[in-house]
Amino acid sequence: MSHHVLLIEDEQNIAEAIEFILTRDGFRVTHLGAGHGVARMVQDDRPDLIILDHMLPGLSGLEILAALRGDPATTSIPVMMLTARGRDRDVAERAGADRFMSKPFSNSEILAEVRAMLGL
Amino acid sequence: MPLASLTGSRLRERRLTAGLRQSDVAAQAGISASYLNLIEHDRRRVRGEVLERLADVLGFDRAALADGQDAALLDGLRNAAVRGVAAAVELEPPTDLINRFPAWAAHLVALDRRAQSLERAVEALNDRMTHDPHLSQSLHEVLSSLSSVRATAAILAQTEDLAPEMSVRFHQNLHHDSERLAAGAEALVAYLDAGSGVEDQGIAAPQEEVEDWLSAKGWSFTDEELTEGVATYPAPLGSAAARTLAQAYLAQAADDARALPMAALTQAVAKLGPDPFALAERFGSDPLPMLRRLALLPELAAGLVTCDASGTLTFRKPADGFPLPRFGAACPLWPLYAALGRPHQPVDTVVAMAGPDARRFRVLAWGGLLRPFGLRGPELHTAAMLILPEAAGSTPALPIGSSCRVCPRTTCPARREPSILSDGS
Repeated sequence: MSHHVLLIEDEQNIAEAIEFILTRDGFRVTHLGAGHGVARMVQDDRPDLIILDHMLPGLSGLEILAALRGDPATTSIPVMMLTARGRDRDVAERAGADRFMSKPFSNSEILAEVRAMLGL
Repeated sequence: MPLASLTGSRLRERRLTAGLRQSDVAAQAGISASYLNLIEHDRRRVRGEVLERLADVLGFDRAALADGQDAALLDGLRNAAVRGVAAAVELEPPTDLINRFPAWAAHLVALDRRAQSLERAVEALNDRMTHDPHLSQSLHEVLSSLSSVRATAAILAQTEDLAPEMSVRFHQNLHHDSERLAAGAEALVAYLDAGSGVEDQGIAAPQEEVEDWLSAKGWSFTDEELTEGVATYPAPLGSAAARTLAQAYLAQAADDARALPMAALTQAVAKLGPDPFALAERFGSDPLPMLRRLALLPELAAGLVTCDASGTLTFRKPADGFPLPRFGAACPLWPLYAALGRPHQPVDTVVAMAGPDARRFRVLAWGGLLRPFGLRGPELHTAAMLILPEAAGSTPALPIGSSCRVCPRTTCPARREPSILSDGS
């Protein structure tokens, strides 16, 4: 059974590229363009890993991360944060992100990180 | 060593370096040896024809011997010493340096001026990088586009069996993102390369657009232009938000002009001086519109800032020597904020702006209170501060700055973050 990755990214073209890369490598990917609905999504179809953009419309990536870490049901889901600003790294790690990736990233980097986080 | 003695000392230095005797030089210059001796020991001031002859004998550039140039050099060196790391050390007057090594002295002054220029550039850039939301947004836009271009291009280049419909899709994405990247990069370069008004660069804040437009118009309209509705914002005023702000400004300025006609105001200022509180009583006006009207009198060369209840500066008309922060919060010691916290009480303070020349200003501020939500609703505070140039004097002045980030007052108890001008930056 393939691993389920939840991708929360508002940049449609970036999301399409990441979805393609991961799907091609055998992952099942669900994409959300904003943070609203994450809780229900995670409850209905629990992901093995979440890729979370930092700057999102509405709820920010950090707010979503805080909500995930504050809920016992989701606190253990590994989260990789994407951001365009290097200075956000410390903030993201303090907030509980397991990995951090700065834009612009390469396809091989993101694939390798996802595999490593899932122990593949 | 008095300033006037510089030339004599330099003449002696040059004669000794050349191995010439005092009597020989004096003879060639047509003066007595004893007179030259007095000149060289700074007991006689030399100028005019005698100076020119001595300069010719010793091979000096006549212009370089003039006291005025030495004085400028001396002032430059003193400034460099005061501004340098050795500011706390009692430095010897640098006259010997000028006498013995004038070219090095001039070089030192030039380096100090260059350092000052670079310091100002660093302050401005740091202010942008730290506080400028538009720059941050532009950088994010460029990096996001770049991420998409990189990921999509890699898919197209490295996926041999890419389905035709996916290939078309990714090519479209690539084209879209490359266009977006180019536009974002151009806007960013234009912004960082700013030498002119921000309105040309497409990423100015609406408030900046309006302030640039007002600055270009000399910050004023005639009463007729305002009250008859002739004054309008220009068509090229970039954003819809800027046009909305400009309309609001013109409407308020028109109301102010009707309540406080400029002709009557000018006469009253001539009689009472630029005291907004006395003038407000004289006209039976609220002090806030009076502050705004006084800021438009060209002869006062006044600045004006207004803020809302959050302390955000909502209007900025600069006064020469009183730098206003472009982004982020201003100095918390500004009397503007005292007025904000004490509505309906006049604030009248002499302040000294941080900087090498510690320019003094008389600032007059007033805080107002609005109840647009009714008596039970939240009240809205606002404040305005008129900034008037003040001559040097003995009146104690409140030391203030522009904003903490670029303020050199390292021990200020109101400081909220380190300054880039201190070691704690």
